[in-house]
Amino acid sequence: MKAISKIIASFKAFLLEIGELSSFAGRFFQEVFKRPFEFKEFIRQCYNMGNRSLLLVAVTGFIIGLVFTLQSRPTLQEFGAVSWMPSMVSISIIREIGPIITALICAGRIGSGIGAELGSMRVTEQIDAMEVSGTNPFKYLVVTRILATTLMLPILVFFGDIIALYGSYLVENTKGNVSFLLYFNKVAEALEFGDLIPATIKSFFFGFAIGLVGCFKGYNCKKGTAGVGLAANSAVVFTSMLLFIIDFIAVFITNIFYDL
Amino acid sequence: MEAFSQNNKTIIEIKDLKKSYGDNHVLNGFNMRLVEGENLVIMGKSGSGKSVMIKCLIGLEEPDSGSIIVMGKDISTLERDELDELRTEVGFLFQGSALYDSMTVRENLEFPLRRHTKKFGVIKDTTPLVMEALENVGLAKTIDLMPEELSGGMKRRIALARTLILQPKIILYDEPTTGLDPITAKEIILLMQSIQKKYNTSAIIITHDVDCARAISNRMILLIDGINYAEGTFNELHASKDPKIQAFFK
Repeated sequence: MKAISKIIASFKAFLLEIGELSSFAGRFFQEVFKRPFEFKEFIRQCYNMGNRSLLLVAVTGFIIGLVFTLQSRPTLQEFGAVSWMPSMVSISIIREIGPIITALICAGRIGSGIGAELGSMRVTEQIDAMEVSGTNPFKYLVVTRILATTLMLPILVFFGDIIALYGSYLVENTKGNVSFLLYFNKVAEALEFGDLIPATIKSFFFGFAIGLVGCFKGYNCKKGTAGVGLAANSAVVFTSMLLFIIDFIAVFITNIFYDL
Repeated sequence: MEAFSQNNKTIIEIKDLKKSYGDNHVLNGFNMRLVEGENLVIMGKSGSGKSVMIKCLIGLEEPDSGSIIVMGKDISTLERDELDELRTEVGFLFQGSALYDSMTVRENLEFPLRRHTKKFGVIKDTTPLVMEALENVGLAKTIDLMPEELSGGMKRRIALARTLILQPKIILYDEPTTGLDPITAKEIILLMQSIQKKYNTSAIIITHDVDCARAISNRMILLIDGINYAEGTFNELHASKDPKIQAFFK
């Protein structure tokens, strides 16, 4: 009985958190169109998030492209279909692997950073200090960060995809002596707008989710300094779960359009 | 400090303020009145609701019931913009200073100025205002430093400068001397006195530092069990035979 009541209690807490997150998102949409616009802070956040994640996304993308091609090559070789490698790799990376891996990296790198930063501002009363000075901290801290992640994630995904394809090309060039031009011609032939557009739209939603959850966890941080760690940690866990849910919905909707 | 004329204009009035967190009843009908130019010290044990009361006063916490009138305005009826405008008249010095740690001292002081074009107009060059505020607290040289490079006492002074930059009529001090060594605490008390003289501000000071209370209060309220248990000048309360009151002065 105790176990059942514990499960019910945690399910209730989960639903409550979803409700609070929705109301937080609602407040974001209310504030985002209101003046004054914190343009300077938005640019600063874009720079911080984009610039500081660039290397991590590049390294990860490069290794994924490399490993993915190395792992797939023997199987394709067995069927005499190595020439399909650029098409297969590009479609997989552009449609799915690129966006989701970049988003997961950014959830760890950016989402936890936002959670920790805002959490520490909350427990040291810096957010209260903004409030009493007559500045709207939600607009200054939350709106700018959510907008920055929403805008920067598709750019990082695009960058990561290119690097991953380059990694894949290096393997093909080394093992199969495929030229740069031939490899990327094959990639261009394989890709359609139907691959690029849903992936890009999906990336905007991923970025929004990373910013929203990171800000929500940090802005509502409680329980002192221990709460800061908890905010950062739960931001990553919650965002990762949300990313897979968004991904599933996006793939489902995309498939409906493909079937039409 | 001597007793203060209660005939001056009332600028803050709190009536029957109640605030609970679940079953924890923090404020149980607190009443208070602050008149123009007065320094009112509120003393109470840790967890007695002093900080909650002061946060209700500035709109950071919402009371369960009761009324708070600040400069003739009931804060529970104010729209966000109106509340923000009122907040320019009420400065708040936080217990932990609450400096924005990603900004320099200059940016910390400039930050509140950006929003209040109604009060100050559009300020093209904030440097003179920032410098004046820093000179008031004797720390003009720290203008380009980051908060992490400052000592606890310096942080408290910079936070006071940030409070002063909006030229408030009322200043709320939340434990202004807590966590400071006796010499720095004395410097902060002297600074608070000089600011009051220079700008003729009124202040509510939350503290359990008896020296601070003695030096700065015109009147004191002892907050016990969520109500104003006793009220009077420092000397009146100090002379009281009530053991609950005496406990504060031991």
